[in-house]
Amino acid sequence: MFLSLFIPQLLNGLQLGVLLFLLAAGLTLVFGIMRFVNLAHGTLYMLGAYFAASAYAITDSFGLAVIAAVGGCILVGIALEQIAIARLYRRDHLDHVLATFGLVLFFNEIARVIWGPQPYALPVPVFLEGAIDFMGISYPAYRFAILGVGLLVAGAATWLMQRTRLGMLIRAGSVNPEMVGALGVNIQLLNGVLFGLGAGLAGLAGVMAAPILSVQVGMGDQVLITTLVVIVIGGIGSVSGAFYAALIVGVVDTIGRAFLPLLLRELFSRDIANAAGPALASMLVYILMAVVLAVRPQGLFPTGGH
Amino acid sequence: MQAATDWRRAGVVLPALLMLGLAAVPFVAHYLDEPFYVSFIARMIVYAVAATALNIALGFGGMVSLGHALFLGVGAYSVALPAFYGIDNGVVHLLITLISCAVLGLVTGAISLRTSGIAFIMITLAFAQMGYFVFVSLKHYGGDDGVVITNTSQLGGFNLGQPDTLYAVALLILLLALGWTARLRVSAFGMVVRGAKQNARRTSAIGFTTRRYQLTAYVISAMLTGVAGMLLANLNGFASPNSLSWVVSGDLIVMVVLGGMGSVAGPLLGALSFLGLEEGLKAVTEHWMAIFGPLIVVIALLGKGGIVGVLTRWDQRSVRLNSTASIAPTKSGEAAQ
Repeated sequence: MFLSLFIPQLLNGLQLGVLLFLLAAGLTLVFGIMRFVNLAHGTLYMLGAYFAASAYAITDSFGLAVIAAVGGCILVGIALEQIAIARLYRRDHLDHVLATFGLVLFFNEIARVIWGPQPYALPVPVFLEGAIDFMGISYPAYRFAILGVGLLVAGAATWLMQRTRLGMLIRAGSVNPEMVGALGVNIQLLNGVLFGLGAGLAGLAGVMAAPILSVQVGMGDQVLITTLVVIVIGGIGSVSGAFYAALIVGVVDTIGRAFLPLLLRELFSRDIANAAGPALASMLVYILMAVVLAVRPQGLFPTGGH
Repeated sequence: MQAATDWRRAGVVLPALLMLGLAAVPFVAHYLDEPFYVSFIARMIVYAVAATALNIALGFGGMVSLGHALFLGVGAYSVALPAFYGIDNGVVHLLITLISCAVLGLVTGAISLRTSGIAFIMITLAFAQMGYFVFVSLKHYGGDDGVVITNTSQLGGFNLGQPDTLYAVALLILLLALGWTARLRVSAFGMVVRGAKQNARRTSAIGFTTRRYQLTAYVISAMLTGVAGMLLANLNGFASPNSLSWVVSGDLIVMVVLGGMGSVAGPLLGALSFLGLEEGLKAVTEHWMAIFGPLIVVIALLGKGGIVGVLTRWDQRSVRLNSTASIAPTKSGEAAQ
């Protein structure tokens, strides 16, 4: 009985985790290598979801929706990098915060102008409808697909980071960007590629999340902050750290929300549990972050850099 | 020469005139029979107090806190929650505000200051978000929708729920806060905090326990922000999790930077122009944020000490013109950073 309740929640948690990883992977590299605070990363996630919803409405094809989301976000990401962000790398973090905060306000409003205030829905693709039996528990196929895609991207990211020349440059850049530049690598190009890559992953996360959430203005803001928690826990600039931290945060958040109120009900009176349960559950990942910081300010899986 | 003296003081004269103008607002508004303006300008004053508070951490200490909405919201709920149970004693509200913000500031500040740079920004943001969700999940007190405050703060026979009274109290607090930060800025404490902003390691090397100074500045900043929140709750007669939203934290930063970080009058000028601009754009289009957002980007790209920086450069240029000094660009200290 307990397992049949617990396992779906665990899977939900892992699935939230891989979505967070898709966002965190790009963002942590931007933080780590360019030392750039990008609050507009959640905006790309939102745009990805909107692009997908629009493309689906026109073509009726989920595959094209994915391509529209990822491609569109890469284009927007590169344009953003060229127009505004590249001018800010050498400034201090406060300017980064200001500029990307302005971009968030701008894109939220633009999305409201283009797509209107009502939420959009993106249906689950036909071939992923229905549920799969897993250890005697029936679980939606689409959510399994999210897990699969997330793990696939994680594998590809590991391969890219550890086995390719680009990955080597990225890793070197996250430790000492000036030195990499001095050795003759075109850091500007590397930054642009990285930013586009991160934007594409954010778009992918957006389109994959769209069928389970509703596509609406501001959906990126909330997920951005959770992503920041993931990055802080994982260690800034570390992709593998982001992966583990994303899974931890996803599972802790989901399991906490599902079971903490029940647990409190066993320990305290019903009134207290009903009031404190949801509050405590929503605080859980932040408390986790605070504990990690108190013990290891550099995060759980830091890179070699500072 | 007469003109030069006037210009040299532009950075001082303008804020002083502004304060005088603010003092006249309620009288003019009632004379014109437009009491709406009292509440509208009162909101500007309250945000100026909050921006002044943030400036202590951000402008003096260089601590880029993207989570000051936490203290604004906690200040607001320090009125709303006692009022919910019928307690309308303003002193009690104030004490709850100050104590809760001090404790929160101490705990979150101590954890956040273990890091610096990017991590500090993200952590302060995360703590504010945590507070946001706590108040959202308190369904008993309205949750998402917020809670209406019927028992506004009664302070020494005055009711802060009354717009004119609130206006007077807020303006007095702003005046005190400005005067106090002007002293704080050049005090020994202020010097250490500002030194730590420029070079924390060197400040430590001189023999100061830098982090303790920074933490103190952070806590002071949190408490004053809480007071602004308390005023805001009385002004609106309402407290909701929205005042803890991260957009509010961002707005406060924009106000400080727009006005001029690290200067005394900057937050006042910033808050007034920010909210004035917002209101002006709202009158033009419903989608004002589509204009306001890029404006913030431009402010960040220009980033030269904000309005106070412009005034200072103006003053210096007129001094130079009169003394026919070199035209080499001068740095206006803190503001030029």
